Amino acid sequence: MIDKPISMKSNPILRGVTSITLGPILLFAWYVQWHGDYGPGGGFQAGVIFAAAIIAYALIYGLDRAQRFIPPKSAEIGVMAGWLLYIGTGVISMLLGANFLDYDVLASDPLHGQHYGILAVELGVGITVAAVMIVLFYAFAGRRHR
Amino acid sequence: MLVILSVALLRMRDLFTVAMLTGIYSLVIACFFMLQDAVDVAFTEAAVGAGITTVLFLATLSMVGREEAPASRIHLPALACTLAVGALLVYASQDMPAWGDPNAPVHQHVAPRYIEQSADEVGPPNIVTSVLASYRGYDTMGEVGVVFTAAIGVLLLLGNGTRRRRDSDGDSEDQT
Repeated sequence: MIDKPISMKSNPILRGVTSITLGPILLFAWYVQWHGDYGPGGGFQAGVIFAAAIIAYALIYGLDRAQRFIPPKSAEIGVMAGWLLYIGTGVISMLLGANFLDYDVLASDPLHGQHYGILAVELGVGITVAAVMIVLFYAFAGRRHR
Repeated sequence: MLVILSVALLRMRDLFTVAMLTGIYSLVIACFFMLQDAVDVAFTEAAVGAGITTVLFLATLSMVGREEAPASRIHLPALACTLAVGALLVYASQDMPAWGDPNAPVHQHVAPRYIEQSADEVGPPNIVTSVLASYRGYDTMGEVGVVFTAAIGVLLLLGNGTRRRRDSDGDSEDQT
């Protein structure tokens, strides 16, 4: 697939389908990310879906354009930032006097604190997973691309 | 269904087909999880197993070629080892509690508390999320660490794909 970027790029059906579905896929990733506490899903799935959209874009429109949208550098930063956000949430709850990763103290009442904590932690998971998948794909595809 | 797919996977020599079949296999398993009401697991399996993994397989195939080297003859110790482990697993499965048995040990330990009190203690209606992110926050943190390590490993082994293009003579890595 990647070894024929020209033919994939010029295929009007692939281009059309990708340009139509890309937006909904990204939106769905966003929905799965923030709606994980009410329905199935969460950071992990959202990150994977987001990365899948970026990879589809890279496959159809070329690696260079995808890397202009998400530069490899920022993907690498995302790998670390997500995990740090996760750990940082734990450290903040520790600084506020509770145990590590005990979110009760993040808001005035425990339930809201738990909610904020879960959202922050899931966002961290989502960022790391999406960034890792994109980094993996860049590493594989970039090697061939050369 | 799964058995048919596995046999087909073993017999295929065209790796492109194998990658596609692995994706289908994951999708079938996702449907299976779905039937057991494990939506979160099914979701993950469909997104990771059928989606990203297949694409990464394809990306790898585009580098190494799609034909598998002809298999050597059957390796007897490996066959014996596989059969022995398989027999052990079948033997052990006799002792497992019946499927969906509410008195199984796994449902007696912490699960009742999660089901009864997570709405008061944590809040979200999706108990899976409460367990993952709050009760089991440490485990999830470790999992993210594993994913993080995977990225670091690939970056160390392959580079990030751009650095090499910029300085073309580059470091000592070989360019395929």
